[in-house]
Amino acid sequence: MIKVTFIEHNGTVHTVDGEPGQTLMETAVKHAVPGIVAECGGACSCATCHVYVDDTWKEKTGAPSEMEEDMLDFAFDVRASSRLSCQIRLKPELDGLVVRIPEFQN
Amino acid sequence: MALDMIVGSGVDGAPAEIETDALIIGAGPVGLFAVFELGLVDIKAHVIDILDKPGGQCAELYPEKPIYDIPAHPTITGQALTDRLLEQARPFEPTFHFGQRVESLKKVDGGFEVETDLGTRFRAKVVVVAAGGGSFTPKRPPLAGIEGFEGASVFYAVRKIDAFRDKAVLIVGGGDSALDWTLNLQPIAKSVTLIHRRDEFRAAPDSVNKLRELLSDGSVRFIQGQLTKLNGDSGALRSVTIRGPVGGLDLEYEVEAERLLPFFGLTMKLGPIANWGLNLNENQIAVDTARFETSEPGIFAIGDINTYPGKLKLILSGFHEAALMAQAAQKIVYPGKRSVFQYTTSSSSLQRKLGVI
Ligand SMILES: Cc1cc2nc3c(=O)[nH]c(=O)nc-3n(C[C@H](O)[C@H](O)[C@H](O)COP(=O)(O)OP(=O)(O)OC[C@H]3O[C@@H](n4cnc5c(N)ncnc54)[C@H](O)[C@@H]3O)c2cc1C
Ligand code: FES
Repeated sequence: MIKVTFIEHNGTVHTVDGEPGQTLMETAVKHAVPGIVAECGGACSCATCHVYVDDTWKEKTGAPSEMEEDMLDFAFDVRASSRLSCQIRLKPELDGLVVRIPEFQN
Repeated sequence: MALDMIVGSGVDGAPAEIETDALIIGAGPVGLFAVFELGLVDIKAHVIDILDKPGGQCAELYPEKPIYDIPAHPTITGQALTDRLLEQARPFEPTFHFGQRVESLKKVDGGFEVETDLGTRFRAKVVVVAAGGGSFTPKRPPLAGIEGFEGASVFYAVRKIDAFRDKAVLIVGGGDSALDWTLNLQPIAKSVTLIHRRDEFRAAPDSVNKLRELLSDGSVRFIQGQLTKLNGDSGALRSVTIRGPVGGLDLEYEVEAERLLPFFGLTMKLGPIANWGLNLNENQIAVDTARFETSEPGIFAIGDINTYPGKLKLILSGFHEAALMAQAAQKIVYPGKRSVFQYTTSSSSLQRKLGVI
């Protein structure tokens, strides 16, 4: 099991169990974490699974691919820590990962 | 691809009212296959879609992605599936009307009257709603009070170019729509400013080159940043607040703007379908599973837009629904005609229609 924590814009914390190989978006949807809309079901074509990765985790989650960068253009309030959660695949090193959910999914 | 059978927006030169056996609303995979199934039973179709191209979700959302559950195609991309469906429908010469949204659907004597937002009118014996998740609609950025500016200062598409003449125009985005309108409005606007979160554009290389030229000669201004606020009153935009890097700092500042064009991609919204008097169940149209007919006889609903016990929103289910719908539509378009079950493999009558013999 890989523990991941989602922090909603209003501060509500959701710590849930994910599985290796699952995406961060799938983990959020499976546990009904509010604020991850994931309209396209993980195809990197909607930008409604936007999250901010806490600085301490940025190295382990890696950088967005070119396709993900392009799709981030459609997200709102994009920051240096922005990622699309359907493009982050869980692996043992990500145990304890913390991400924040933006106020709006565009 | 069978582009030659695609007709443009249909305003110019189109007759006041187009008569057709069947009118298909939505050119997604299921609408395209409906052309084929209707064609086999001698029903000609016109097809309308708000997008400027066929393929629905497959072409708009995932053209390059492989689909693994289309029977007999272990893998096929969204665009390839669209191209093949067009090829398969080709013998039946459908007429496409792109870039138009169906607004109204009314029952009249002997069929239905349908009108689009561009004023194209149709009279059809049967209507097939293959509208998927609804109309593809531009996304509205979540800025406070933006609704109040829409239609007066904020637009998601350029319908009347005069609304931008001699105005301070601000365009947000980095894709083809944003760049195309930057290039097209620059000659007529007072000023054009392009705002994008990064100095990289995912648009056609030719447009990017043209943009770079306009930027270097100063005819267009580029600001790297993101919108945070709209300023103005009673629908009249005065300026927008932008946050972005200025000399190494992340700052918020105002930029003059009388017109704003935000391009944040498309999302599917049910749209006018809700007003057509059909039985809806959580935004889906309820149908029976023998004919896929709605609560209104003569109006069918197939593909992602419909619901019935056991419904699966899969392309293959939509194909099956199209086949049964066509049988039922035949009874309306050709009342009294005896329908004979035939295989395409062996029926010379079907093969003649397909143009293979
Ligand atoms: C990322 C992704 C991956 C998918 N993968 C698969 C898969 O592997 N297998 C599978 O079977 N399915 C898959 N699907 C689902 C599949 O794409 C849909 O089931 C399919 O597109 C439905 O087809 P449709 O023709 O019913 O509707 P759509 O493809 O939604 O097309 C409907 C069209 O109707 C138009 N329209 C609606 N209302 C109006 C109006 N009033 N006026 C004018 N035009 C209108 C819309 O603009 C749209 O173009 C996937 C979907 C997504 C988003
Ligand atoms: S779920 Fe659509 S981009 Fe991630």
